[in-house]
Amino acid sequence: MSFSDIYGIAGSAMQAQTLRLDTVASNLANADSIASSEADAYHALHPVFSAVYQSTLGSGDDVGGAQVATDGVIADSSAVQRRYEPNNPLADSDGYIYASNVDTVQEMADMMSASRSYESSIEVLKRVNSMQDGLLSLGQTS
Amino acid sequence: MSISLDQELSLHGYALEVRTLRSQILAGNLANIETPGYQARDLDYQSIMSSVAQSLDAQQQAGNSTATAVPLPSSDDLLYRIPYQVSEDGNTAELGPEQTRFTQNAMDFQTSLTFLNMKISGLKEAITGE
Repeated sequence: MSFSDIYGIAGSAMQAQTLRLDTVASNLANADSIASSEADAYHALHPVFSAVYQSTLGSGDDVGGAQVATDGVIADSSAVQRRYEPNNPLADSDGYIYASNVDTVQEMADMMSASRSYESSIEVLKRVNSMQDGLLSLGQTS
Repeated sequence: MSISLDQELSLHGYALEVRTLRSQILAGNLANIETPGYQARDLDYQSIMSSVAQSLDAQQQAGNSTATAVPLPSSDDLLYRIPYQVSEDGNTAELGPEQTRFTQNAMDFQTSLTFLNMKISGLKEAITGE
């Protein structure tokens, strides 16, 4: 029976979405962080997901689902905001400060999408649980 | 007339097996809903079960009392999903349809379980004579 594989798949999805929420939280928290150079400015973080196919019997010829793997977290390379604030203690010699390149609206949308996906994994777990429950009580007269 | 337990129950057993496999594949699709380039897979339940039923029938006609060697779905049965709308990152898994299929598959699993339970209680009645 491949129930344990389904638990593994749903678990990997929950792990991936948790990481995504993690980066969203970090990005939103640092949306207003400033720095005195472009390199030090906060760059938005994004996780990179990939699919890992697995076979049920390990022979490679049979069917199986796909888990999610996280290949890493990349920093957004788009340009950071540069503002002229000569009175700011973090301003560089020319009076500029460097704010983050976080797109708050996009992060909010990302957050909703991540929590939706997380919920759907929980739904998968619930369903599989009730499938297994039914199978365990097979043949028992109610 | 003799009753073979294998013959009575085997088709539903295979149905449960295929349903479990399908839920595993659909869970994989749901898990990779955000993975760029992921291609959603699925099993054609109807064609698999009709081939299982055919081979079970053939065994029955050949006089085999034990139902064995009905092949389970292989990777050839694993089809690719054609999405309603192609997303820009090449992912062909769509949350709504996949969730619906998963739920329907789980309900069909419960239906097969109910059929199996009814068969078992019918056989029990036949055995105990109550």
